[in-house]
Amino acid sequence: MTILDTAERHRNIDSPNPLDWISAAPAAEVATRAPAKARAYAIRIQPGLVLAYIVLAIALLWAVAPGVFTSYDPVQGLPGQQLKAPSALHFLGTDALGRDLYARLVYGAVHSLSGAVAAVAIGLFVGTALGVVAGSAGGWVDHAIMRLVDILLSIPVLLLSLSIIILLGFGTVNAAIAVGFTSIASFARLVRSEVVSVRRSEYVEAAFGSGGTFFKVLWRHVLPNSLTSVIAFTALQVGSAILQLSTLGFLGYGAPPPTPEWGLLIAEGRNYIATAWWLTAAPGIVVVLVVLSINRVSQAIGRAQR
Amino acid sequence: MTISPIGRLEGTVLPAPVLDVSGLTISYRDQNGTRTAVHGIDFSVAPGEVVALVGESGSGKSSTAQAIIGLLPENGRLESGSIRLNQQDIAGWPQKRLDGIRGSVISLVPQDPGNSLNPVKTIGRQVAEILIIHGKASGAVADARAIELLERVGLNQPALRAKQYPHELSGGMKQRVLIAIAIALKPSLIIADEPTSALDVTVQKHILDLIDELRCEYGTAVLLVTHDLGVAADRSDRLIVLKQGKIQEQGRTADILANPQSAYTRQLLADAPSLNVRPRRVAAPAEAAGKETSDDIIIVEGLVQDFGLGGKEKGLRALDDVSFRVRRGTTHALVGESGSGKTTTIRTVAAFQKPTSGKVIVDGLDLSSPPRETLRLLRKKIQLVYQNPFGSLDPRQTIAGIVEEPLLNFEPVPRVKRAEIIASTIEKVGLPLDVLQRRPHALSGGQRQRVAIARALVLDPQILILDEAVSALDVTVQAQILALLDTLQRDLGLTYLFVSHDLAVVHQISDTVSVLNGGKIVESGAVEDVFERPQSPYTRELIDAIPGKKYPSLAGRPLSTHSGNIR
Amino acid sequence: MARYIFSRVGQALLVLWATFTISFVLLQAMPGDAVMVKFQNPEYGLSAEQIADIRAAYDADGSVVLQYVHTIGNFITGDFGYSLQAGVAVSAQLAVNLPSTIRLAGLAFATAVLLAVVIAVLSNISGFTRLRSFVLSLPSLFVSIPAFWLGIMLIQIFSFRLRLVPVINPGEWEGLILPVLTIAVPISAPMAQILLRNIDEVLTRPFVSVARAKGASHAFVLWRHVAKNAVLPVLTVAGVLFGELLAGAVITETVFGLNGIGSLAEQAVNFQDVAVLQAIVVISAAAFVTINLAVDLLYPVLDPRLKAKLGGVA
Repeated sequence: MTILDTAERHRNIDSPNPLDWISAAPAAEVATRAPAKARAYAIRIQPGLVLAYIVLAIALLWAVAPGVFTSYDPVQGLPGQQLKAPSALHFLGTDALGRDLYARLVYGAVHSLSGAVAAVAIGLFVGTALGVVAGSAGGWVDHAIMRLVDILLSIPVLLLSLSIIILLGFGTVNAAIAVGFTSIASFARLVRSEVVSVRRSEYVEAAFGSGGTFFKVLWRHVLPNSLTSVIAFTALQVGSAILQLSTLGFLGYGAPPPTPEWGLLIAEGRNYIATAWWLTAAPGIVVVLVVLSINRVSQAIGRAQR
Repeated sequence: MTISPIGRLEGTVLPAPVLDVSGLTISYRDQNGTRTAVHGIDFSVAPGEVVALVGESGSGKSSTAQAIIGLLPENGRLESGSIRLNQQDIAGWPQKRLDGIRGSVISLVPQDPGNSLNPVKTIGRQVAEILIIHGKASGAVADARAIELLERVGLNQPALRAKQYPHELSGGMKQRVLIAIAIALKPSLIIADEPTSALDVTVQKHILDLIDELRCEYGTAVLLVTHDLGVAADRSDRLIVLKQGKIQEQGRTADILANPQSAYTRQLLADAPSLNVRPRRVAAPAEAAGKETSDDIIIVEGLVQDFGLGGKEKGLRALDDVSFRVRRGTTHALVGESGSGKTTTIRTVAAFQKPTSGKVIVDGLDLSSPPRETLRLLRKKIQLVYQNPFGSLDPRQTIAGIVEEPLLNFEPVPRVKRAEIIASTIEKVGLPLDVLQRRPHALSGGQRQRVAIARALVLDPQILILDEAVSALDVTVQAQILALLDTLQRDLGLTYLFVSHDLAVVHQISDTVSVLNGGKIVESGAVEDVFERPQSPYTRELIDAIPGKKYPSLAGRPLSTHSGNIR
Repeated sequence: MARYIFSRVGQALLVLWATFTISFVLLQAMPGDAVMVKFQNPEYGLSAEQIADIRAAYDADGSVVLQYVHTIGNFITGDFGYSLQAGVAVSAQLAVNLPSTIRLAGLAFATAVLLAVVIAVLSNISGFTRLRSFVLSLPSLFVSIPAFWLGIMLIQIFSFRLRLVPVINPGEWEGLILPVLTIAVPISAPMAQILLRNIDEVLTRPFVSVARAKGASHAFVLWRHVAKNAVLPVLTVAGVLFGELLAGAVITETVFGLNGIGSLAEQAVNFQDVAVLQAIVVISAAAFVTINLAVDLLYPVLDPRLKAKLGGVA
């Protein structure tokens, strides 16, 4: 991976993202360390990884073809079926309008997932561009970009997204933009540190030494070698974007009712918490499972890199 | 926490060995299953004796040492065999019980002094700690005893040192501190695991002298684990040669060196540069050194290199008035210890950084103020091979891609022609063609270094800069790469600028040499002159510190008649 | 050293100023006179004079530059403008709400630290393999739980099912138990992850082997050698954790219906109360910057290596 001095390592740590906190081990150390660490995590939890992929596959299928999984309508309630407890007919029960909760969860997948993907796409493209420019240009450009990143990082994520929402107004798209905006800074910081560390590596110097131009070296060595950790981080961000979007949905800033967005489902179920606990429990569990699975996959990608 | 003090079995009758290892088998578990690293080895160490455990990487020498002190990595397992320490088999002991003897009966001098002291604790505390753990002293008594120990291992101002943190000490000083810890309780056995491989050669000598001296004083036995046959030859009474977890040969050091029984030992002895100071080939005419000729391909004159510290301060002068010349087709070595400026020099010659002042002319191109085109031309003339082939090859490229890359940076070469060039270059460096589709991680260290050489050669350069290019390799591999470099030089008429801290290697491969110290050249000339008749005291000290001189007969001829002791 | 402090303080002020400027540009200047348009909304029932007063207070008729200078002057003197929803000064609202949020966040932070340490300690007690792997999986579970859902579930379980903690008219401290847990659990996760990773990393360092070779027991090594080395880097994420703490407060105060800065922020967004949100953003950025500054200044005192580095340069 990367070789960083202590100061650089500390700097990395104040990023809001756990991935940046991983203290980068010198290459030589990694080789000796890998087997010792493998015992604790990798080997034992491999079945977990399979399970994570299954959960994600199901969630994706929900988003792509919800009709295959349920025959109920997510928006139109059934008269006389209000607030039914889970049963064979409605296996996650129904809400106050007689809508099948399972159907709403299935149809909600597309809202929650596409929102998260869109949000992360914003962070990924803008952040990566900034990071690559900062890391490869260096000098005052680097300085200016990184100060900007510092400023963005100094505002707590939720407050930053609230600021953007107050500016743009409520709605699914605006919530996604708000969440995406908050991840720009961390993407930029990660990408820059990757680019800088790859740039310092001997194979990059060797590439320059054999006559390579800046862009050739960037394209052949710097980008491909920075990619893996960016992909792992992107996955991690999708998970956190789902959480953030559901928070905004819960607060009522996201998709308007009757959209079956997961955060909104929890907010709606909250009014019946004493009588119909499943209305809050089930959507929450779905969110937890999906986020947990995404994080697990991200971890696996990050580890494969080593 | 209470630690039951376990008797040191004092009063043991002398002939009984301190350490008696038999049938020791060690295995490691990893993703691919279980791998046996040490296959049932037997040996013993008598009281007060120095036994050297010698082998290349993967020989199991470090695993053996770790198993004896009970500190195998978590995935390592002592499969079978006995480890009798003072006639007590400790092989099956639980960690709790081992805690009682570690530090008091058996102790460790580790490999990497830089990382072997806790960075956030003072030196004094770390030394005193061993006394406290074993209940020998506490509080102020322990602190005072720690200072005594620091003084004993030759640290100046021990009271001050005790209050300092590890980063405030040099590598050699840290190793002295670790030795102080190891001898604090006068153990019966010290395991010295590559105690000097991270240190400069002059420091290495002092540290080994110190271990020797303390061993004599305390009558402690030493198990010296090393890859360096020169060190083993100089410092051990008996030698154990390990290869892939099996003992190839063991016996009295002098006997083995004089009359090695196994083929592997013979190979090792033949390949160890420190034991084989022989002229590599017909040396270049000595008078060429230092004299100006039209045939000088590298001319460095009055080179000065400053590095700013944080931009504002005065900065650091890394190179101060460095001048040397290299004749076409010869090998010039830059030798020096860490911080001597040798790496800075070659980075300037390779045009990775601009000199602060001075002149660098490479094959007629003046690098002092190079226009872009000069720089591009230079890239075709001069190539660098790095010390660490793990870091200098892009892990994502195939070998073919790595070797091809330089060709893509200049005038377009048709694909078929490129493939031909790549294949012939790979063959030139002695690799089979089937490596082309593999990636660096699938190759051994020596193979990777050959790939790095192939990449350097593919543009048909005239000069190769070899930056510690063989230092990270095992001796047998090192010998092969040196032989390859020799052949390539003869076939292609290459000029080498060879940077190394290892004087023995330099002696073998170079025609001329410049000795650097603190950014200045202290001595320069033909290799024979510098090694036989060193003029500066620093060069003399460096040459004296080369290990492996205890048995001069092995070297074919005496290295140096000088025997004065500096410092 | 003085140079270091000076440059750090300078940097902190610079970040703060830039944060203010950006938030000013985004929230006040960009939608033109949107704020004023809002005040003119008959719903607020403000008279023409009152509107004129507010316009004067905001310097709405002046140029953007003048407004900017005006606002920054006001902020420095602690005048954050008027909340259009409550019709009172933002500073007064903050004064009322700040103490309860600080208390909530402080308790939550302490709980989170405790949780993280418990996780780190439990997972390093050898001998309980099953417990260890369970404990090791906790942090990744904790980071995947939406905080607001956790709050609701805690109410559901502890108040409605087990009837352990009353939700209706709870005692002053009793009412804090669930909110504190709601904030603490998600924050303990990253802390525990860093701690665990650091402990694992430090355990592989050669000085640990040396300590073992001295005869030190595993527990001794963990406590006397690993602990400080593993805990120090956690300090550097203090600022980030603070941000999480604030986000936690927003969510928790909303879920539990508590008063505080968090619910103030939530209401501000609901009512498009720009002045309130801007004040909260700038204040939390100030807190973030201050915390990071404190860590930057404290770190060299705790880590001898950095002290030497700075001493050498300064």
